[in-house]
Amino acid sequence: MPAKTPSPLAGAGPSAHASGGSTRTMAAKIWEDHVVVAHPGEPDLLYVDLHLVHEVTSPQAFESLRLNNRRVRRPDLTLATMDHDVPTLGGRAAADEIAERQMAALEENCRREGIPLFGMGSSRQGIVHVIGPELGLTQPGLLIVCGDSHTSTHGAFGALAFGIGTSEVEHVLATQCLRQRRPKVMAVTVEGELPVGVTAKDVALGIIGRIGVDGGRGHVIEYRGSTIRGLSMEGRMTVCNMTIEGGARAGMIAPDEKTFTYLKGREHAPRGQQWDTAISRWSALATDADALFDREVSIDAARLEPYVTWGTNPGQSVPVTGRVPDPTSETDQRALQYMALEPGTAIESIPIDRVFIGSCTNARLEDLRIAATVVRGHTVHPKVRAMVVPGSASVKRQAESEGLDAAFREAGFEWRDAGCSMCLGMNPDILGPGERCASTSNRNFEGRQGSGGRTHLVSPPMAAAAAIAGHLVDVREFN
Amino acid sequence: MEPFIRVTGVLAPLDRANVDTDQIIPKQFLKRIERSGYGPFLFYDWRRQGDFILDRAEYRGATVLVTGANFGCGSSREHAPWSLLDAGYRAVIAPSFADIFKSNSFRCGLLPVELPEPAARALIDLALQEPGMEITVDLDRQRVAAGGFEASFSIDPFFRECLLNGWDEVALTLRQEAQIARYESTRPSWLPISG
Repeated sequence: MPAKTPSPLAGAGPSAHASGGSTRTMAAKIWEDHVVVAHPGEPDLLYVDLHLVHEVTSPQAFESLRLNNRRVRRPDLTLATMDHDVPTLGGRAAADEIAERQMAALEENCRREGIPLFGMGSSRQGIVHVIGPELGLTQPGLLIVCGDSHTSTHGAFGALAFGIGTSEVEHVLATQCLRQRRPKVMAVTVEGELPVGVTAKDVALGIIGRIGVDGGRGHVIEYRGSTIRGLSMEGRMTVCNMTIEGGARAGMIAPDEKTFTYLKGREHAPRGQQWDTAISRWSALATDADALFDREVSIDAARLEPYVTWGTNPGQSVPVTGRVPDPTSETDQRALQYMALEPGTAIESIPIDRVFIGSCTNARLEDLRIAATVVRGHTVHPKVRAMVVPGSASVKRQAESEGLDAAFREAGFEWRDAGCSMCLGMNPDILGPGERCASTSNRNFEGRQGSGGRTHLVSPPMAAAAAIAGHLVDVREFN
Repeated sequence: MEPFIRVTGVLAPLDRANVDTDQIIPKQFLKRIERSGYGPFLFYDWRRQGDFILDRAEYRGATVLVTGANFGCGSSREHAPWSLLDAGYRAVIAPSFADIFKSNSFRCGLLPVELPEPAARALIDLALQEPGMEITVDLDRQRVAAGGFEASFSIDPFFRECLLNGWDEVALTLRQEAQIARYESTRPSWLPISG
């Protein structure tokens, strides 16, 4: 988060923490709680409470530690899983040779350093940003990092969580610390009741459409307002997850009763007297009433609609009832060409070949439930291949216990094992060249889901409806 | 890390905004467990489409890239700056960089230079009009010079020092072990552990 200068408006320096400064943002409070060393003019050295590790961005970090004869400082604050590469059909044997090498490297690195690992076949395996919350490891007030840009997801619990690169992964492994410039803080306030058919995903796409794909650069975003408070924890995770698509490294939401209810009783949540201590600490994290933000954006929930992206970045979206817009820049022009779309085309007339319901954005139980509600009693369009990839082994088990798998299978969806899957296509789940996909994932970049593939980002119910209709369709008019 | 003081070499233009890390290095090349060997796959899909500007003879061997705003958005993959380094680039000039890409670049020795939009635009035009022209990016003096073009740039002073000296950031932090241990001793006992 290398903001250019410490941000005076977002909270006073560490001294304010010591004196219990009373006008601070949540981001400032958590930041100051984690300062190990602060030297004027230098980035702060921050302590990391939880370091999540996966197979793709960690091998070079472990290798470098080994070459420098260094060890992992706090394996007990580190958790590894396999998610990016893992096949979602046929188990580990279905992995290609280099993916297998990467998974084997993670196993060996974790074994040598004593890091807990939920590998393929583990009952706790899953997408790193799904399992952290599920296990109760993601808690308010923590500083959480992972070598993955969607680490912003964990901010839904009132944690400061952001993605890092492999050099930083190495730094955290070796020192449990990270050197960072203090970012600015942007408030995004969404007020009002969400219209029928509008989900957390649409809130996220609406925000990105408003601020732009680099609107949050140099900032942490704090999501506020009655709409955000009204979202479930799953919905809040979806909104925080997409923060990076608006250019901000971290997104966060103040913890409240919903947060505490979600956490209570989870495997790693505090218990007994410690639970009470935790609640009182967590309750003090929210931004103080008179704290100032560096930037404020307000959004009226009543004006949000189910969105569909038409281009090759997540800011290029329109309401599903809309049309492909006229290009206003060379970027737009390139995007239309890549997507093979003509300006003026009704979004609902765009046929699709594939549907992907999955990813750290939208593969939690609530997402699968709402998608299953749409598909029940229907059949996937004969020209569409549709798959559901649960976010974790646990989500998969719970979904199966509720019969969601049967609903999807009977409608003609493939029901897969947990992993990142076709969100980024590092495993065998990819789009073919020219294939068009309605996807609940987070990125519609060129080739993201497979070289030449065309991605339309939508919410889970919109993806489910598109699978049945065979084209993009307004879920509000569906059934 | 090798110290970075200045670089002089051919300037290559990539006149696009919001270039994401999926374009810089597509995912099928992220399965390697090494830090090197990514150069041949830089901008893989765009190069495969043919007549990609960076493949033109006059830009071959370029060491400085000039491009549009928000360069390196998307995934946190450090493979993106690694692939640029591996392909011979030492510095990238743009009006802005995505936060994680910029941080990754500092830490692996690729210099991200932010110039105002009109200056970056002028450099793109210059590189297009005079293909093969050389540019000097001087981190020590914080200046960029190419033909008649000259501009100064600002940069995070900490990372400037790290780059100029080739410092190992982990080694720097390990010198603060006592402070880290002291901080650890104050952490509440109820905070979660993964094991």
